[in-house]
Amino acid sequence: MQRIGVFVCHCGTNIAATVDVKKVVELVRFEPGVVHAEDYPYMCSEVGQQKIAEAIKEKQLTGVVVCSCSPRMHEATFRNCAEKAGLNPYMVEVANIREHCSWIHKDMEEATKKAVILARAAIAKVNLNTPLQAGESPVVKRALVIGGGIAGIQTAIDIAEAGYKVDIVEKTPSIGGRMSQLDKTFPTLDCSSCILTPKMVEVSTHPNITIHTYSEVDKVSGFVGNFTVDIKKKARSVDLDKCTGCGVCQQKCPMKKVPNEFNRELNTRSAIYTPFAQAVPNVPVIDREHCLMFKTGKCGVCSKVCQAGAVDYEQQDEIITEKYGAIVVATGFDIIKLDKYDEYAYSQSPDVITSLELERIMNAAGPTNGHLERMSDHKPPKNMVFIQCVGSRCADHRGKSYCSKICCMYTAKHAMLIRDKYPDVNVTVFYIDVRTPGKNFDEFYRRAVEQYHVNYIKGQVGKVAPQPDGSLLVQGVDLIDNKQIVMNADMVVLAAAIEPNPDIRKIATMLTASIDTNNFLTEAHAKLRPVESPTAGIFLSGVTQGPKDIPETVSQAGAAAVKVIGLLAKDKLKTNPCTAKCDVMMCNGCSTCANVCPYGAITYEDQEVRGPGVREVRRVAQVNVALCQGCGACTGACPSGAMDLQGFSNRQLISEVDAICR
Amino acid sequence: MPMTENGEFRPLIVAFCCNWCSYAGADLAGSSRLSYPADVKIIRVPCSGRVNPMFILRAFERGADGVIICGCHPGDCHYTSGNYFARRRMTLLFSMLDYIGVENGRTRVEWVSAAEGAKFSATMNEFVEKIKSLGENVRLGDLRCKD
Repeated sequence: MQRIGVFVCHCGTNIAATVDVKKVVELVRFEPGVVHAEDYPYMCSEVGQQKIAEAIKEKQLTGVVVCSCSPRMHEATFRNCAEKAGLNPYMVEVANIREHCSWIHKDMEEATKKAVILARAAIAKVNLNTPLQAGESPVVKRALVIGGGIAGIQTAIDIAEAGYKVDIVEKTPSIGGRMSQLDKTFPTLDCSSCILTPKMVEVSTHPNITIHTYSEVDKVSGFVGNFTVDIKKKARSVDLDKCTGCGVCQQKCPMKKVPNEFNRELNTRSAIYTPFAQAVPNVPVIDREHCLMFKTGKCGVCSKVCQAGAVDYEQQDEIITEKYGAIVVATGFDIIKLDKYDEYAYSQSPDVITSLELERIMNAAGPTNGHLERMSDHKPPKNMVFIQCVGSRCADHRGKSYCSKICCMYTAKHAMLIRDKYPDVNVTVFYIDVRTPGKNFDEFYRRAVEQYHVNYIKGQVGKVAPQPDGSLLVQGVDLIDNKQIVMNADMVVLAAAIEPNPDIRKIATMLTASIDTNNFLTEAHAKLRPVESPTAGIFLSGVTQGPKDIPETVSQAGAAAVKVIGLLAKDKLKTNPCTAKCDVMMCNGCSTCANVCPYGAITYEDQEVRGPGVREVRRVAQVNVALCQGCGACTGACPSGAMDLQGFSNRQLISEVDAICR
Repeated sequence: MPMTENGEFRPLIVAFCCNWCSYAGADLAGSSRLSYPADVKIIRVPCSGRVNPMFILRAFERGADGVIICGCHPGDCHYTSGNYFARRRMTLLFSMLDYIGVENGRTRVEWVSAAEGAKFSATMNEFVEKIKSLGENVRLGDLRCKD
C-alpha cells in the first residue's frame, strides 16, 4: 500500500473562490492510501513546496497528489520538488482543479464535488504508480533552420556565433525572404535591402553556417537532440562551384516571358534566372518548367555562352541526410489570395494592386525601375486610394479573423513616401482602426497625417468599379461624418491579410508540431514559452508563430536562437521514462503493436518465457526505449493486453475511470 | 437516477483528452473561463491512440452516461498517427456498443487543438445536452445490478 500525501492549493482565490478547499482536504483524507492531506494558498511557492518536501520526509510518503492548476503548468515543479525530497518524481500526480474545475464552474457545491472526484482519480492513479527512471540520450550539436528570410537568417547567425553548426534550408533559389522584396521599412524608412544584404552576406560567409537554397525538407524522424532530416536539393541545373555569377546566361536566354515571382508577376524574367541582383548565392537556376531546352530539347544558349561551363542540364534532384539536435521553423508568410474579394476589382483591373506589389513598383529594381505608375497605361497616378484590412479582422469565411498587424504601419509608410516624392498625388486611406503600438510608431503615423496631409477616412470601401476611361470609381463610407463617399482613383492599393506560408501544414505534420486554426504554429505557452513548440526540440521564429513586423521578428529570431543554444549546450538530455513495456508472459508475438508504432520502436525476438506452468521459447515483442516516445498506440492495439505504457498503464487509467464513476 | 434537488438529470460523462492538443484545449477553455457543465470529468492520456476500448467499456459498466475521446486534428497528431488509430478503433467499438444498446449519441470522437478552447467548451456543452436528452444509460446499469 502506498503512503500518499494530498496537497490542495488555493491558488489565491483562483481555486478557493469556487472550490471549498478545506472540504476537499477533509474528504480525500479517507481515500485509500492517503496518510496526509493539507491545503495551502500557493502550493507552487517556496513555502508550499517546502510543505510537500517536509511531509514526504516526515510521513515517509511514497506518493504525492497535488490538487492545483494544470499539470501542463506545474507538474514539473512538483516533480522536481519531490525528487529533491528523495521521492521518485514519477510518484507525483496532479489533479487539475483550476483550469478543469474552479475556473469554469460557478456553483461552489458543484465545483467542490467535482474537485473531490478529480482528486480521487489522481489518488487512485498514484496508488498504482511505480518509480520510473529517466534515461539519457546524446545531443547532436547542430541546428536546422527551415526558411531563409530575415527570421531564419537572424536565428542562424545567433546560433552560429555561439559556436554551433547551423544549416539553413530555403525553398527558393536565394535567401532573403519577404524582406528582400520590400523597398523601405517603417518607422525609420531605412532601405530594406541596404539593411538586409549585409546580413545575407554574413550568413553566407559564416564558417558555421551551411546554406541549402532551392531545397526543401523532405522527411523528418527522431526526437529532440537527435533528429534525422532528409533534405531534397532540387536540381539547379547550374553548378554552384563553377558559376561566377556573371549574368550573361540570363541576358542571352531567349525565353524571357516567364512571370517574375519576385516582382509579384508584374513583369517577366528569363527561364534561367537569379530572383534579384543581391541574391545569395549569386548563382542562377534554370526554371525547367519554362526552359526551352527542357521543353523542346532545342536551345542550349545558356550553356554555350557560359564561360565557366557551369550549366548542367543533366543535374538531378539530390537527397542529403543530416542529423540535428534542434529544428527552427522560420517559414514566414504570404499574402492571401484575393479571388474572393471581387468587390475590389483586383482581378479586373491591373491598377488595383496589393501593397506588396506597390513595394515592388516603388523599388528601383522593380518592374517600373522605382517610378510610381499605373500598370495599365504606365501613366503616373493623380489620386490613390489605400484600403485597409482586406481579409484581416474579417468575420466571414473569406478572410482571417486576426489582425495582420503590419498593414497600418506600411500603409502610413507608402502614403508618406508617395506624398514626399510626388507631392501632387492625393492619397486617401480607408481604415477600420489605425493600430500603431510600437516604438515610434504612432509618431510615424501622425507624421503621415500632419506633415504629409494624407487623407485618412474611417470607414470601409464597399466597391471599386473600373470605369471606361480607365479610372476607378471607389464607393465607401465615412463613419465619422456618417456619409457615403464616392471618389475617383487612378490606383487602388489593397492591404491584403498575411497568412502563414502555404507549405506550413506539410512541414508541421513532418515535425509533429501543433498548428492553430489559422495555420500559425502553436507555442508551448502563449506567454511564457513563445518561441518553443510543444514538441520538444522544435522552435519558432518569425511570422510562422503569428503576425509580426521586422523588429519583432528579429527579436523573436534571437530568442529562438537562445533556446536552441541552451539545448545544444547540453551533452545529454533526460528521456521520458513513460515508455511502452511488454509483458512477455502475455505476448503471443502477433505483430499488431509493431504495425501501429510510428517510431519503429518495437521488434520481435525469440525469448525464453518462464512462468507458472510455462517454460518455452517463443517470439515476443521487445520495446526499444531509446526510440519509444510513449504515445501508447501499441497499448490500445494489443489484443492480449501484454503491451502497457509506464506512467499511463491500463490499470492506472482504469482506476481513474473507476474513481470518476464511483 | 442521479438528480439534483430540482429534479434535473445530471449525467456522468468521462472525457479522455490527449495531452498535446485536447487537454491543452481544455486548459485554454479554463483559463478563458469558457464554462461547461461539471458533469464532464477529464482523464489525461498521452494520445487519443492510447485509449484502449476496454476503458470505454469499463466506464459504461461503472455507470457513465457518455464517453467522449478528444484528440489532435487529423495531420496534427503529436505522435504522427495516433488519432487515426483512435478514429478507426472507436468507429468499430461505437457501432458495436450501439448494437448492444449504448446509443451512438453516447459516444463521440472529437478533434480539438490546443488553440481551440472555445471549441472544447462548445463541444462539451453540446455533448452534455445530447446525453441529457438521451437520459440515464439504463442498459449497462442493468448489467451492473447483476453482479
